[in-house]
Amino acid sequence: MAKVIVYPPTSMILSDLVERMGHKALVVPQAVGKLVTANEIDSPPLNVTPEEPKKGLRYAAVDVPSGVRGRMALIGPIIEEAEAAIIVEDPGWLTGCAGCSRTNELVRLLIRTKGVPVLDLSYPTNDPEAVVFVQKIKDFLGGLK
Amino acid sequence: MLVTKYVITSSESNILPSDIAMKIYGSKYEVTVKETCFGVVINGEEDVINELIKEIRALDPAGIFIKDRGFPPGDPRRCRGRRGGGARPGFYMIESESKMLPMISRALASEGEVPAIPEKKKPLAIKRLEEIIKEGLS
Repeated sequence: MAKVIVYPPTSMILSDLVERMGHKALVVPQAVGKLVTANEIDSPPLNVTPEEPKKGLRYAAVDVPSGVRGRMALIGPIIEEAEAAIIVEDPGWLTGCAGCSRTNELVRLLIRTKGVPVLDLSYPTNDPEAVVFVQKIKDFLGGLK
Repeated sequence: MLVTKYVITSSESNILPSDIAMKIYGSKYEVTVKETCFGVVINGEEDVINELIKEIRALDPAGIFIKDRGFPPGDPRRCRGRRGGGARPGFYMIESESKMLPMISRALASEGEVPAIPEKKKPLAIKRLEEIIKEGLS
């Protein structure tokens, strides 16, 4: 079972397909869950403590917008954990914690420079493309240990 | 450790969110379940949830999708009833991907040959563009 990071990091379809094939999908909600459901909420309501910006500083400089550093505090440790990655380009509707274009550029860069196997895809727009989409993911995940 | 998962049904699936909720109510598992318009949110111990997910998937293997969620169901920090209305932040991503679920479901259910798809047109290579400019200006 390999740990596979998916991009967009909040994707339902990708995380479901990864889990379906018997691997562990690394997604942002897991990182959020650890933070907001911790027994000791040091900084309510979302438990973002001064430690989070420090984590973000490992991936982005201090003059980078705080939103990028805040997002990287969640996504950065996931990237470090990843053993493989599935990247879907041109989603066109990234919102919420995945809605920052500069963070997304940095996330894709860090994944690619990490040196793990990466599968690049586009979201399907019709049935034949969906079959190819699913098959490519199956083949990629099947090749992982 | 307590985990929360979304169970989302494809719009073409014969399984309704209420069917999943009833299945969970009738199961032996001690979990919290909240029915929504697109599926259900379940919360419980990780091992229990993983076992339950296997049973839920069996209802419609190609038409039910599972996603992690950070906040527990009904959490006042996300529940729109406590925030004065409006969709919660993560809903838009689910809404967008839900439109694609029927296609993905059909792809998962199909066992035929993978169709050959012609490659999408790529932007003109910069070298070729330079050649065209040089040809045009000479």
